[in-house]
Amino acid sequence: MFDSIEGFLAMGGHGLYVWSTYLMALLVITGNCVAPVLTRRREIARQRAAQLQEQVR
Amino acid sequence: MAILSVWKWFHQLGAPRSFYQLSSRLLPWFVAATVLCLAVGIIWALLFVPPDYQQGHTVRIMYIHVPTAILAQSSYMMMATAGAVFLVWRIKLADVALQCAAPIGASITFLALATGAIWGKPTWGTWWVWDARLTSTLVLLFLFVGVMALRNAMQGQQSAARATAILSLVGVVNLPIIKFSVNWWFTLHQPASLSLTEKPAMPVEMWLPLLVMVVGFYLLFFTLWMMRMRNEILVREYRTDWVRTLVQAP
Repeated sequence: MFDSIEGFLAMGGHGLYVWSTYLMALLVITGNCVAPVLTRRREIARQRAAQLQEQVR
Repeated sequence: MAILSVWKWFHQLGAPRSFYQLSSRLLPWFVAATVLCLAVGIIWALLFVPPDYQQGHTVRIMYIHVPTAILAQSSYMMMATAGAVFLVWRIKLADVALQCAAPIGASITFLALATGAIWGKPTWGTWWVWDARLTSTLVLLFLFVGVMALRNAMQGQQSAARATAILSLVGVVNLPIIKFSVNWWFTLHQPASLSLTEKPAMPVEMWLPLLVMVVGFYLLFFTLWMMRMRNEILVREYRTDWVRTLVQAP
């Protein structure tokens, strides 16, 4: 479909439009993947700390 | 009696612990399938789909816009179904499902709207028009955000659960409007090229990668939904023995 890498990036003059949509999709998807992983880690750490607190008392 | 065992199975499905255990086994497969599908779909869309006669290479935007637009609507339907299940059968897991679907649905709807606007500029000459489909999809975004905001605003798990379930059900009326608006009103947005019952109005080189991307995004939605539901279950069931033991595991 493309003659060269430059052609691939240019997308027939519409490069800005095409690449911004794919970049946006990448950001939204990545954000949605990272968020629950971080939440899980935070929550497990929080519960472990809470259980330690109970034992101390 | 057979009815009793089906009922037991149905209720078992609603037990947070069963869901957690089942999803632990399913998740790796869903992650792998999602990555594979989306990777194949995106590479196909960017490199191998022929440029459109009229739109040129901007047609590649379709491979993000259409799957996210489809999923925006169906994820809302799934969320509203969870709301209905909660209101009718009081299954707590349904409320977990509803709560966790909203943020994912909101970001997918946002992506559909944003990619649609970017696609519109070179092809229609405008970023936005207040036609039926675009406006009702914007309303869909507000509904997702509304469900999230209402949940945060309300005191009490039960009240928040009921209120958000009701809101999600009230918003269902928006879905047929989005879907059929392109037939009911003369609108800038084009009518459907794909339907379940008829041959597609585009050649196979175009619709096959589209199908791959649609499947990929659905898999992504279910994967993300499972991940979020698992977290919410850990939060809500923190007092139970199985969660207390689980968080201690290395």
